[in-house]
Amino acid sequence: MSLDAHLPALQVVVPLLVAPLLVLLRDAGLAWAGAFAASLMALVLAVLQVAQVTDGAVLVYEMGGWPAPYGIELRIDGFNALILLLVTGASTLSLLGGRESLARDIDDDRQPLFYAAWLISLAGLSGIAVTGDAFNVFVFMEISSLATYILIAAGSDRRALTAVFKYLIMGTIGATFYLIGVGLVYMMTGTLNFADMEQRLAEVADQRPVMVAAGFITVGLALKAAVFPLHVWLPNAYAYAPHAVTAYIAACSTKVALYVLLRFDFFVFQGNLAGHSAQFTSFLIPLALLGIVVGSAIAVVQSDVKRILAYSSVAQIGYILLGASFNSLTGLTAGIAHMFNHALAKGALFLAVAAIGTRLGRLQLRDIAGVAQRMPWTMAGLALAGASLVGVPGTAGFISKWLLLEASMEAGVIGIIAAVVVVASSLAAAVYVWRIVERAYFGSPGPALSAGTAAEAPWPLLAALWIAGLANVYFGLVPGLPLELSSSAAAELLGHLP
Amino acid sequence: MSAAQAIAAALALPTLGALLIALCGRWPNLREAVTLITAVALAAVVATLLPEVDAGGRPELVAAELFPGLAIAFSVEPLGMLFAALASGLWIVNSVYSIGYMRGNAEKHQTRFYVCFAIAIAATMGVAFAGNLLTLFLFYEVLTLSTYPLVSHKGDKATVTSARTYLGILLGTSIGLLLPAIIWTYAATGTLTFRLGGILEGNLAGPSIGLLLGLFVFGIGKAAIMPVHRWLPAAMVAPTPVSALLHAVAVVKAGVFTITKVILYVFGVDLLFDEPSGTWLLYLAAFTIIAASVVALRQQNLKRMLAYSTIGQLSYVILAAAVLTPLSEIGAAVHIVAHAFGKITLFFAAGAIYTASKKTELPQLAGIGARMPWTMAAFTIGALSMIGVPPTGGFVSKWFILAGAFQSDNYIALFTIILSTALNAAYFLPVLFIAWFGREADDQKPHGEAPLPAVMALTVTALATLGFFFFNEPVLDLERQLVEALP
Repeated sequence: MSLDAHLPALQVVVPLLVAPLLVLLRDAGLAWAGAFAASLMALVLAVLQVAQVTDGAVLVYEMGGWPAPYGIELRIDGFNALILLLVTGASTLSLLGGRESLARDIDDDRQPLFYAAWLISLAGLSGIAVTGDAFNVFVFMEISSLATYILIAAGSDRRALTAVFKYLIMGTIGATFYLIGVGLVYMMTGTLNFADMEQRLAEVADQRPVMVAAGFITVGLALKAAVFPLHVWLPNAYAYAPHAVTAYIAACSTKVALYVLLRFDFFVFQGNLAGHSAQFTSFLIPLALLGIVVGSAIAVVQSDVKRILAYSSVAQIGYILLGASFNSLTGLTAGIAHMFNHALAKGALFLAVAAIGTRLGRLQLRDIAGVAQRMPWTMAGLALAGASLVGVPGTAGFISKWLLLEASMEAGVIGIIAAVVVVASSLAAAVYVWRIVERAYFGSPGPALSAGTAAEAPWPLLAALWIAGLANVYFGLVPGLPLELSSSAAAELLGHLP
Repeated sequence: MSAAQAIAAALALPTLGALLIALCGRWPNLREAVTLITAVALAAVVATLLPEVDAGGRPELVAAELFPGLAIAFSVEPLGMLFAALASGLWIVNSVYSIGYMRGNAEKHQTRFYVCFAIAIAATMGVAFAGNLLTLFLFYEVLTLSTYPLVSHKGDKATVTSARTYLGILLGTSIGLLLPAIIWTYAATGTLTFRLGGILEGNLAGPSIGLLLGLFVFGIGKAAIMPVHRWLPAAMVAPTPVSALLHAVAVVKAGVFTITKVILYVFGVDLLFDEPSGTWLLYLAAFTIIAASVVALRQQNLKRMLAYSTIGQLSYVILAAAVLTPLSEIGAAVHIVAHAFGKITLFFAAGAIYTASKKTELPQLAGIGARMPWTMAAFTIGALSMIGVPPTGGFVSKWFILAGAFQSDNYIALFTIILSTALNAAYFLPVLFIAWFGREADDQKPHGEAPLPAVMALTVTALATLGFFFFNEPVLDLERQLVEALP
């Protein structure tokens, strides 16, 4: 077996093994370099796997040589590959740009521990994305969550601690619900492998426990994914985490939970449970629409830049869910593509916020007045990513919104309502992005800014920001890769419908 | 240079110019030189496209294919050619004027002003050359955003409030109404590419057409049809060169251009002619013309009066397009040009008066003709063109619109034009009278003409207003291509 065949396993193993080494290094700079190198390597691994699955192929890896369903199976199709790309890309760019910003928030002697936690969370999120085993997902989910709590708690504001405690409670409830659901399914089928589960479920005579399981799993994962109205942990967690951590988790952690949600609901349940698709649709469409409306409305009136963007995330998660709950190929493609595109836009935005936060220390709207004069490159990057968030044609955000609208048009009356909501919330997005941009470009600098020596952000942060920003434009003009992956993922998920 | 390259260059030149202007901010003379050179180069590039379009060619450029059937693409047709030539040509004159005005008034943030101006022109080129609705929408929004800093230039509280009104109405209508209209069109037809004769034929019928037309007309807020006209008076807080080129030519004409283009290239004249649910547009345009003229009659501020006059004149174009006869469609295109020459002259004159004497209100203008004869002569020519008196450009377009209205026995259009001509005369002639023959107040500080570049610019546009009466054949030839297929 060449090394090529071990790619799915290496995806988890590399960060997991490097993490304890960082603790031994005991030097902040070296620890950062090690974490960055491991993350970069994970990104390379992800890209290699993406290249192998673009033609619809599926990579299967038997852990320890045990064949499924007895052993744990790692399984990479278009959907997994897309999520891997997202997770590793977000981690790498955030680490690249976050060095100076993190050094500001965290004591030198604790930084190796922090970076170790970062890699563990990366390993956990990657693990969820590669595995084909329901219990394995739970294990990796716990690993990534615990590590993420540490990352958020490192925020310099003491309110980070209460925020993370809230997140911990909610996240644990979510994970427990998920575990209860998986337990019920295991009870009825005797298997934990997704593919095997799907086949065995068809033979189960009494479907009631399975329906209960579907409920527990959907709600548990919706909690993890911050689906409205289970989003209350998200705004504070995003707002008080260290800036680089916000960029990282905002780009990928909720998406990974959504991935598992879609994997379970479409892949395992849809074909087997009578009426599941109707329940799934009628349950989630209202939540998605409400999430979009409420998230956008709250974002418009916030006065803290990070909270504006955090509430915007609640709305954007609604978009993804809305696309998926249409139960159609276009809709699902739109939802999955929006995972990727929103990660690009929001990641870039939070990187820009990290740059401003590093230089100014405060992120109220009134504090950033006139900051564009001091940090022109940062603000230009923020404006670019903001355009993508709004969905301006020519940026990545437009592609998935357009697909989403197309899917709405196919969906009858509820679709027209959905289209109206999507357009209205794009308008709201334009408003809240504009509030930031206007203040930064046309506001007159306050005393803090004129007295201070705020200069342009450190170059690695600018580089990370602009890589993400230009990716928004590139994938807006040449949307081939994410569209290919997401449409093949959608076809794969829908292929299991009767 | 091939045609596709010329299209790319027309978009890239002003963008590049904006970048260079930003880099040269420290050296004002160099910065202004960059603006002028870019303007001249852009006009030259646009001119190279003219022969091919005149000969019936439709140069195309596909910038990016997003999905099958949906692309960011450009295609030059007679209407867009005319609009691009007009905007790029007047940019040269306006740049000369801007230099005189901005320096004469010692304005701040001049670099930002020139940068945003260049970006706005790039967006205008994108609107003019857009090959489909999506591309048009994209550049339409860029135009809105790039002009915000120009409108809020002064930066004080009242200005920023007005600028927010400007931005809020234009952005709100375009995302809230125009975008759904585009999506609806795409859902109904599966394409957004402009095609002469329309793409909706056979895909949409009955009252839906009237409704879709409503989404388009109100979504295109830049056309300032009532009741989405309030942004235009609000935009008058901008420095006068902005009001002159953008709010008499580029931005507002982008609005009526888009509506005309939607009528010709999305709905198709035949479809609208046969469908009664779209006729409301005619009545609304007629109402806007009369109402705007009545409001203009009561204004005391020169620029505000001109703004309401613009609202009325813009609806002439919409009215002409909505009459749906070949002659009136030509009239719509011609009026875009004729009004541009006349109104830019009027704004140049208003700015020259402000620069020389700081006067902004109408009663203050008593006797100013003696102090600023060149400026007021140009103002007179512009005003006569607004009324439609020969020998000015305004007469030519009115002639075509009236002829088109006669062609289809459209008495509403006829009556509206006649009544509004009377109203136009009623608010412009008193101004001319007091300016030339009024007695100056006694406590006047003596002043002369505005700086030379400003006077030069307004002389040129005044001459163009006169010239268009005599030399309009090339424009007519070009625009006849639009209606060849019609009965």
